[in-house]
Amino acid sequence: MSEYTLNDFKKGQPRWCPGCGDHFFLASLHKAMAELGIAPYNTAVISGIGCSSRLPYYMNTYAMQTIHGRAASISTGFKVARPDVTVWQISGDGDGLAIGGNHFIHAVRRNIDINMILLNNRIYGLTKGQYSPTSPRGFVSKSSPYGTVEDPFRPAELCFGARGRFFARAVASDAPATVAILKAAAQHKGASVCEIMQNCVIFNNGVYDAIYTKEGRAKNAIYLEHGKPMLFGENKEFGLMQEGFGLKVVKLGENGITEKDILVHDAHCMDNTLQLKLALMEGPDFPIALGVIRDVEAPTYNEAVDAQIEEIKGKKKYHNFNELLMTNDIFEVK
Amino acid sequence: MADEMIVKELDQVVVRFSGDSGDGMQLAGNIFSNISATVGNDISTFPDYPADIRAPQGSLNGVSGFQIHIGADKVYTPGDKCDVLVAMNAAALKTQYKFAKSTACIILDTDSCKEADLKKAEFKTDNPIEEMGIKQDVIAAPITQMVKECLADSGMDNKSMLKCRNMFALGLVCWLFNRDLDAAAAFLREKFAKKPEVAEANVKVIRAGYDYGHNTHASVDHTYKIESKSKAPGKYMDISGNKATAYGLIAAAERAGLKLYLGSYPITPATDILHELAKHKSLGVVTVQCEDEISGCASSVGAAFGGALAVTSTSGPGVCLKSEAMNLAVITELPLVVIDVQRGGPSTGLPTKSEQTDLLQALFGRNGESPMPVIAATSPTDCFDAAYEACKMALEHMTPVILLTDGFIANGSSAWRLPDITKYPAINPPYVTPEMKGCYTPYKRNPETFVRYWAIPGQEGYTHILGGLEKDSNTGAISTDPENHNKMCHLRAEKIAHIPVPDVEVLGCKDDADLLLVGFGSTFGHLYSAMDEMNKEGKKVALAQFKYLNPLPKNTAEVLKRYKKVVVAEQNLGQFAAYLRMKVDGFVPYQYNEVKGQPFQVSELVEAFNKILSL
Repeated sequence: MSEYTLNDFKKGQPRWCPGCGDHFFLASLHKAMAELGIAPYNTAVISGIGCSSRLPYYMNTYAMQTIHGRAASISTGFKVARPDVTVWQISGDGDGLAIGGNHFIHAVRRNIDINMILLNNRIYGLTKGQYSPTSPRGFVSKSSPYGTVEDPFRPAELCFGARGRFFARAVASDAPATVAILKAAAQHKGASVCEIMQNCVIFNNGVYDAIYTKEGRAKNAIYLEHGKPMLFGENKEFGLMQEGFGLKVVKLGENGITEKDILVHDAHCMDNTLQLKLALMEGPDFPIALGVIRDVEAPTYNEAVDAQIEEIKGKKKYHNFNELLMTNDIFEVK
Repeated sequence: MADEMIVKELDQVVVRFSGDSGDGMQLAGNIFSNISATVGNDISTFPDYPADIRAPQGSLNGVSGFQIHIGADKVYTPGDKCDVLVAMNAAALKTQYKFAKSTACIILDTDSCKEADLKKAEFKTDNPIEEMGIKQDVIAAPITQMVKECLADSGMDNKSMLKCRNMFALGLVCWLFNRDLDAAAAFLREKFAKKPEVAEANVKVIRAGYDYGHNTHASVDHTYKIESKSKAPGKYMDISGNKATAYGLIAAAERAGLKLYLGSYPITPATDILHELAKHKSLGVVTVQCEDEISGCASSVGAAFGGALAVTSTSGPGVCLKSEAMNLAVITELPLVVIDVQRGGPSTGLPTKSEQTDLLQALFGRNGESPMPVIAATSPTDCFDAAYEACKMALEHMTPVILLTDGFIANGSSAWRLPDITKYPAINPPYVTPEMKGCYTPYKRNPETFVRYWAIPGQEGYTHILGGLEKDSNTGAISTDPENHNKMCHLRAEKIAHIPVPDVEVLGCKDDADLLLVGFGSTFGHLYSAMDEMNKEGKKVALAQFKYLNPLPKNTAEVLKRYKKVVVAEQNLGQFAAYLRMKVDGFVPYQYNEVKGQPFQVSELVEAFNKILSL
């Protein structure tokens, strides 16, 4: 049992718009932290700039709201300096994937042991409604009155392309599933990316309508669980099977298909091919994949840094400044 | 015959090694400076290398030089023009001859002055010496051929043999200056410890070069000796500015009892700081080679928040990218050291050349009211002290500090008396006290120093948030209140203005100078030498070299107004002069400005200052 409650992590009165998905997410994060049982003073929450990056102000932990796009870098330096403190990095789709795209991919590639939260509402909210790097092609916004002429990033693809070892997804309004992936992310050693599908009620309302309600998710989403067959639908009547190089949706009972024919989720499989296919599924032909899609172990950057220091300490004969001086060519004037 | 050779005693001499960038001139120069330092000479070195990684062999663009000034007494600069020029090929002769005195001895490898070499070096005739109008002593020796003969039995391939040519030239120079070869041999055996056959080949060639000079007298009628004079007793080493900077950071981290974190991205001429620190894992140093300059600085801010001594190193173009995260350190009031090893600009500019053109960027190059202390190191060895002081200032005053060095002192080296770091001032960051537990807010500060208190994460009872948004001076909550912002801007400015720095010292004729020379940072050696020369000529000249640029020393205005004439000499178009005019009411100095990417020439300074005196 954790010795902490929700209230130990709460601070202040959130000032997001009523109905904003960030409110839901914040509550889930507080809950996940309380259940994880890591002390608030051993927790650091670090964000960039944007609506969602206001989140650290509502955390009773060590926290830093930094500059646009750099939250992953600041978290990296912090974690390397303080591997004993649990780090949560909070970014939106603009902060994490546009201005901070470079830092995002490199933090994932290095496998720093931080929990990287991507609150994806597919819009720029704080600057009042411009398209983001996750807005679909043709998206009409204040800065694209005739529709965008560019393709969006798919966060999972970027994460996997950067050799991501952990990727999970939840809908902000779905508290139990959000809490579950946050806990899994915290327990994963290494960079864990959580994409939170989050509705902006003002500038992009309805973007996740198909999956924002429990009923919607029953129809249009699939909860992936490691070791469980990939079944979905209101009565779990549908499943996923492999077909050629791709996936297909099948109905149990049709064409003699039984549960035995359905793919079983393997989040721990090193080969990410099928995991990526799952992560990229979209409606209306496929359900949106939720839950922990990939979770594999790999050496973390911060542990490797410390291990190397210990190794070299054992090999080298100098361990303080004066001893360092003596490793040089010294000459004496008498 | 050899015994009749005259040995002249010199007070100082300047030697310049030059050749193709693949010819090992930096190594030859390094060994020569090292063995000179070992016998107690004072040294100052300056590597002058091209920006190209490897320009076409034998081309004018590919010439690399290494200049060493050796003195029986103290030397302050790598010297203006050289007394001995080693030119390993025709292109080196062509491009480097301008750095030689009219009386200089030239050592030339005639084997690298064949038709093709002369063509690449754009000579029109087959006699480069005559074509350039060189009238003085030239030791024209078939170096390549002799190296091959010397190593004929070594079993080495042609390419490996040719790599030893630099050692033949070094051997010749050692003979010319009566240097003991044992020290050079020891250096080579240490350097090539893992390849003993290479070490022995080099030792053999260096001796062959020495013997060649000794046996033939190499067209000169005397050799030289530089005795060691007034050096303070103690242990010394030869150190470059970048290495001294890295050592200063290590020493400060040890004295402060903090983990040293360097976030950096490779950039000429600062990269050697990253290289040096990356070696010292046994001291617990953490270096992260980041994805870009931005992350180099931003990750350092994160490390500072975590409680490390955080440092980021770069050059001017990198400072442009870091300025955003530097400003975050300003508003969050976190300790951070930003090292700017200045190079020629604007933009990519002259990556391998040196100037002082980032001063105003360091002082003012950020959005908002963003005060930041600036310290400029005055010599390669002063980089150690300056780095130590930058760390102390950052940690004790909870602020980012900019340390300005430049390519000239970063790559240049001089003899350094090993410091006793227990004698350096202690570093005491303003950590939170137990009384603050439970009621700590991050922007409450010491009423006298205006410094806030540092609560390092992991401690119960001190959780807080920092950030880029303006905060209430009392509660630490986000605040857009006009009065509060006004107050915070003043507090941040006052905090920096209250940092104590030593008075600027006036050297030379401080009581009755007719002309005060004013400079900052790395030009100290040249300005001091110019002053010294003028004072020896009977002129009354003084020097005030500034190391602390923000805040300025308290006696700045008094010093600048004490003398009839003042000239501000700097390697930019007048940035320090403009800054001093802004800070000291009514101050109108003469200016000496040069942006050539090369160090000042003392002779040119003297000429210019004499002109000002005669006005």
